[in-house]
Amino acid sequence: MFAQHFPVLPIVLPLIGAPVCMLLARSQLAWLFATLISGFSFFISIVLLLTTLDQGVLSYALGGWEPPWGIEMRVDVANALVLSVVTGLSTLVLVYAKQSIDKEIDRNQHTLFYTAHLLCLAGLSGILSTGDAFNLFVFLEISSLATYTLVSLASDRRALTAAFRYLVMGTIGATFILIGVGMMYMKTGTLNMLDLAARIAEYDSNRTLNTGLAFILIGVSIKLALFPLHMWLPPAYTHAPSAVSAFLAGTATKVAVYVMVRFIFTIYGAEYVFHEMGMDVILLVLAIVAIFNCSFVATVQSNVKTMLAYSSVAQIGYMILGISLVTSAGLMAGLLHIFNHALMKGALFMAVGAVLFRTGSADIKAYYGLGKRMPLTMAAFTIAGLSIIGVPLTAGFVSKWYLVTAALEQQHWLIAFLILTGSLLAIVYIGRVLEVAYFKEPADPTDTTIKEAPVLMLIPMWILVLANIYFGIDTSLSVSAADAASKWLFQPAADLGAVR
Amino acid sequence: MSFIVDYYNYWIVVFLMMAGFYIVISANNLVKKVVGLNIFQTSVFIMYISIGKVSGGSAPILADGITSYSNPLPHVLILTAIVVGVATTAVGLALIVRIKRAYGTVEENEFKDKDALI
Amino acid sequence: MNIWSALEPSQLINLSIIVPVIGAALLVFAGKRPNLRETVSIATAVILFTLVLGIADNTFNQVPMATTWVVLLSGLNIAFSVEPLGVLFALVASFLWIITTIYAIGYMRGHHEQNQTRFFCCFALAISTVMAICFSANLLTLFIFYELLTLSTYPLVTHAGNEEAKRGGRVYLGILLTTSIAFLLFAVLGTWVSAQTLEFTPGGVFNDVSSSGLIAVLLVLFCYGIGKAALMPFHRWLPAAMVAPTPVSALLHAVAVVKAGVFSILKIAIYIFGIDNLSEIATTDLMLYIGAATVLLSSFVATTKDNLKARLAYSTVSQLSYIVVGALLASSIAAAGATLHIVTHAFGKITLFFCAGAIMVATHKKNISEMVGLGHKMPLTMIAFAIGALSIIGLPPMAGTWSKWYLLVGALEQDKLIIVAVLTLSSLLNVAYLLPIPIKAFFTPAEPNQQPESWTETQHTPLPSLIAIAVTASACLLLFFFPQPIIDLINLIPGVSTEF
Repeated sequence: MFAQHFPVLPIVLPLIGAPVCMLLARSQLAWLFATLISGFSFFISIVLLLTTLDQGVLSYALGGWEPPWGIEMRVDVANALVLSVVTGLSTLVLVYAKQSIDKEIDRNQHTLFYTAHLLCLAGLSGILSTGDAFNLFVFLEISSLATYTLVSLASDRRALTAAFRYLVMGTIGATFILIGVGMMYMKTGTLNMLDLAARIAEYDSNRTLNTGLAFILIGVSIKLALFPLHMWLPPAYTHAPSAVSAFLAGTATKVAVYVMVRFIFTIYGAEYVFHEMGMDVILLVLAIVAIFNCSFVATVQSNVKTMLAYSSVAQIGYMILGISLVTSAGLMAGLLHIFNHALMKGALFMAVGAVLFRTGSADIKAYYGLGKRMPLTMAAFTIAGLSIIGVPLTAGFVSKWYLVTAALEQQHWLIAFLILTGSLLAIVYIGRVLEVAYFKEPADPTDTTIKEAPVLMLIPMWILVLANIYFGIDTSLSVSAADAASKWLFQPAADLGAVR
Repeated sequence: MSFIVDYYNYWIVVFLMMAGFYIVISANNLVKKVVGLNIFQTSVFIMYISIGKVSGGSAPILADGITSYSNPLPHVLILTAIVVGVATTAVGLALIVRIKRAYGTVEENEFKDKDALI
Repeated sequence: MNIWSALEPSQLINLSIIVPVIGAALLVFAGKRPNLRETVSIATAVILFTLVLGIADNTFNQVPMATTWVVLLSGLNIAFSVEPLGVLFALVASFLWIITTIYAIGYMRGHHEQNQTRFFCCFALAISTVMAICFSANLLTLFIFYELLTLSTYPLVTHAGNEEAKRGGRVYLGILLTTSIAFLLFAVLGTWVSAQTLEFTPGGVFNDVSSSGLIAVLLVLFCYGIGKAALMPFHRWLPAAMVAPTPVSALLHAVAVVKAGVFSILKIAIYIFGIDNLSEIATTDLMLYIGAATVLLSSFVATTKDNLKARLAYSTVSQLSYIVVGALLASSIAAAGATLHIVTHAFGKITLFFCAGAIMVATHKKNISEMVGLGHKMPLTMIAFAIGALSIIGLPPMAGTWSKWYLLVGALEQDKLIIVAVLTLSSLLNVAYLLPIPIKAFFTPAEPNQQPESWTETQHTPLPSLIAIAVTASACLLLFFFPQPIIDLINLIPGVSTEF
């Protein structure tokens, strides 16, 4: 049966597609091919999500080697949800990229862009589906290396230094994860996640395991840009091509959040991490500082891309906050925000990319009077911005609602209040852009080259915008998936083993 | 004293790791940063390989009369990790080449000054 | 009375929310032809009013009406159901929408405003959200449409598009969004977590209000979270929003927006806390005295304003707090007075705003000091102004008498003599800042540099505006002699009664 190979296809398809893409010398062909591959992966991810919602977990032994000796691909509701987000966003970004990269990447490097994008997608899918801790590291590095090249493809030379900085930080983070995995292996002698979980459950507290966890959490925190380890992110997102920023903001850091969730909940178990080691307080404080610090920094940026990058770091704070509440409801809110944030940040970066395409600048001055010249783009920016703020009937409201309820259920009144006041800062930074776009007169009123973005950029942008509204009103799919995922993750690790 | 001698492999690892880390942080030259990053990664490779050794065990090759083998799995893992490390180095060096072309220098403080002029 | 009796009663709710939206859509298409556009506007308004009349008719016949749109979050719906308080507000808002549309046609043409289609469009959308607020069945629905009302009126406030309008718009959006997200959403979530329901229930949703400090906090959060009620110190947005065109100020800031605020407070007091329970909550008295202080302070501020619209704005702030005070007196008769005050103040204040707008169109005068002797030139407008002023003050034979009467009786019944004193003093202040305007207009001779002899009122004031003024002014009179239908409706509200 073909269908039994589905769990591995979202990895294998782009992985094989990448070199093929490079051989297709023509930009148009490479674009079409990459989009098709990505779209097919998305289709499979959706099938996987529906299957897992129905049946629970799908296990796939790579190369026919039975786990725990061979590498196992394990798809459950949690990773199927994130997988759908990643492949879906990737497809939309690829559609968008065709015209967007025309202005931002040298012509002869277009095929390289699609190759690197597919490699990155393969890596991200791999991280999500694998059930093996070391394999996770390998896929993490595949995606990261592809990301460094993607960032450096921009024709602006500052992208090179940003990519190098990202490379150094990312490699340190990955090596930390490698150390942590090594320490887990030293103590347990296995790398399969479920085996690890079962064996770690036998220890009450162990210094090697604690150290390993510390290394892993710090390494993952670098990858997911948790405050104060986020300094690589703003320059990278600012100078990367817009299509890359849109893709990375919605996927790369989110996948890292997923890795953190995996290590905390599946492998170590919430009990161990939060009660034995008291990580919840540390994460909680860092998350709240991230929300306030980075939202505030976002309000004073003059480059809109940098502003959105800082906003991303702040939004990651919300996800970590949900995780650190140590309840199924909190985790669910965090997972839901991964999904919703991909929708809104993707749309915002696409809108900014469209402006960059027409005006050649991401500075806030370029937005003067754009409300009249690029009405559809700015309308998309407005709706996605309202979603970031958390206005009702947008996806952002739903995640904020669940996050605050999760905090209130734990009687954390102050935290709930801080979450809500944090979103007020979003009003300020989104409002700044909207105000100049709709009220300022354009700097050069006679310039007729600035008009509405091309259709091929508008379509994916508006699909995301409409998704923001759709998932703000009909929440049954997103909420039930996130709910099932959090319940699945929250059951004691030992029970997970029994499922096999 | 036995604390130091018994765990000498870890001391080597820690020393290399810190040395590499220090170079990454302090070096101004991007090539030196990549060198530091390599040393940092190598220390982890050594850690993996050293923990695979079983006292008295032979190389993990099936042979008559040998009952105790060292653990081969860390070697396999680290082969993969070395590949990853090499790839990282390659990307890093490629970036440095392009930075040199764009800025005319690979010294961090110098190209920061040049960007400040824009 | 009910021309829609062929329809299923619950459909009337859907229609009353959707009809203005359809009207707005038609307006966009009719935008190029002013006559068609205004026909559509008036037709929509009239249809809406008949729909609300049908709903009122059903309410008197005790026909239950309810509808659910979508299940938004688990256990939480966007749902609507009809109760008498909402019907009353809907009647007032939809009737005055007709009048205001007629007035606006004259005003906007006379004043040569730009972007009239956008203006009428946003106007219709705002009314749609007001209808949704009126009929909301739970706090979540109320909150969502409360936010939408803020957003849909923002383009109206900044209609002029100049620096002053922008500043006003920023204050407007800033205060209303800030209070609603930081306090109101927080209070809604707090209610949800502690009461496990957000449905509006006669008698309140909390089991035991007296012992809980949480509920005391919630009351404060609700009072301040509903920034549209303009309780000090969150009242600044109301004067700031007066930069809007006069019809906007008239409908939105004398009727729809501010009344949506106090209506929400009344609805929450009646259906979330329960009028009888209010007296047991620790913070009720605190909020009551803050309301009383707002009544007095803003009356004092009003006496210092020379700009007519600014004076009326502060008068509105003061009158709104009457309603807040009435809601918080925890007496069924004071609540009846507060409900009635929504109606009487709406007619009185809209008359005053219409007059201010008519004066501005005809003579381009904004300041009270310039209006000396104007009664000789614009007798009709000034007579209407005097009628409106008397109604606001609460002197017979004007409608305002009744509401102030019930409020006073309620305060006496609760032995709150301070409130009695405040209400009396405030009425005196009303006399001081409103009556001099018509008195000086009529009894002081016109200054020589005024308009020439041949200048007549009917020639310079648009006819539709004069008709509108005449209608609202005569309504102020009529409601004094025939208040019974409205009082009957008020007596249907559970826990509210005009009987001793």
